[in-house]
Amino acid sequence: MAAGNEPSPTEYIGHHLTHGTVHFGEGGSWGLNFDSLAVSFLLGLVGIGFIWWVVRGATSGVPNRRQAFIELLVGFIDDQAKGIFRHGDRNKFVAPAALTVFVWVLLMNAMDFLPVDIVGLGTHNISEHGFRIVPTADINTTFALALTVWFLMIFFSIYAKGFGGWLHELFFTPFGKWMVPFNFLFNLIEYVSKPLSHSLRLYGNMYAGELIFLLLWLLASAGLAWTGVSFVLGLGWAIFHILIVALQAYIFMMLTVVYLAMAHEHHG
Amino acid sequence: MDKLQLIALVQAYTGVGIGLMIGLGALGACVGVGIMCSRFLEAAARQPELTDSLQGKVFLLLGLIDASFIIGVGLALWFATGNPLLARLG
Repeated sequence: MAAGNEPSPTEYIGHHLTHGTVHFGEGGSWGLNFDSLAVSFLLGLVGIGFIWWVVRGATSGVPNRRQAFIELLVGFIDDQAKGIFRHGDRNKFVAPAALTVFVWVLLMNAMDFLPVDIVGLGTHNISEHGFRIVPTADINTTFALALTVWFLMIFFSIYAKGFGGWLHELFFTPFGKWMVPFNFLFNLIEYVSKPLSHSLRLYGNMYAGELIFLLLWLLASAGLAWTGVSFVLGLGWAIFHILIVALQAYIFMMLTVVYLAMAHEHHG
Repeated sequence: MDKLQLIALVQAYTGVGIGLMIGLGALGACVGVGIMCSRFLEAAARQPELTDSLQGKVFLLLGLIDASFIIGVGLALWFATGNPLLARLG
């Protein structure tokens, strides 16, 4: 935003929805959103690093509050994984992956609590044109997470059933071996819809949440009475969004565990 | 038609489209959540000891049911702010 003359509402929203991008070529898909990359990387370090640091100094005697908090968290994730993943040792991969995904997505979503204009005072020094601090409101981040889960799903399918078993399941189930094209189409739809819905759910919630925040804050520009309206509505939406942030992280984690568990199942 | 009329036409239809996307999405999501929560209340009344375990599942399903609606809202807000159909006009 230029100092001095006020931006129009569209400009304000447009500015706050622009990513800090580095372009490697012509066109949109050659842009790297370094803001999402940097913030997600930092949050991963902070979140997982904190857990690692507490576990490093853990004692089997009476735990201090930090250790008790991490124990609560790990116990919570373990309960969820225990109920869904029954195809082997969940502590080898599935439960730690669920913990990582939950903590990371929760921290990334929680960046939405910071008011964008106050953060903007700092990030204007990094990038004039735009810097978005919520990595999960960037479709690249959520697709990266969902596609990673998708690759893991395929990997574990092959690991549990063998490559031949996986192909057999892909082409001969669920309709039987004389309906190969229908089986393949059915399974293809399942394989395509899972990462799509997984990523777009998280992206849609965070992006729409941010946009509604911006629109509600813009209401305040219409006058003093409208500032009061904007405050009340903004407060309500902020409180609701606290629930959404935690809920979407929980759902992302649960679906990760469910997809990985389904990958281990034999369908005939 | 001159440029301004074309712009007004695109914006008008986009506005109607946004309303339909958000409205119909909300309709579906709210009816679905209502049905699910009514079943939960029924189950909690029949077997109160299951309330805790069912409550966690209710929140999970809430998020899953809301998913298409929120995706629709995201798309609608995209059309409302950075309308690509308008950008095509130049």
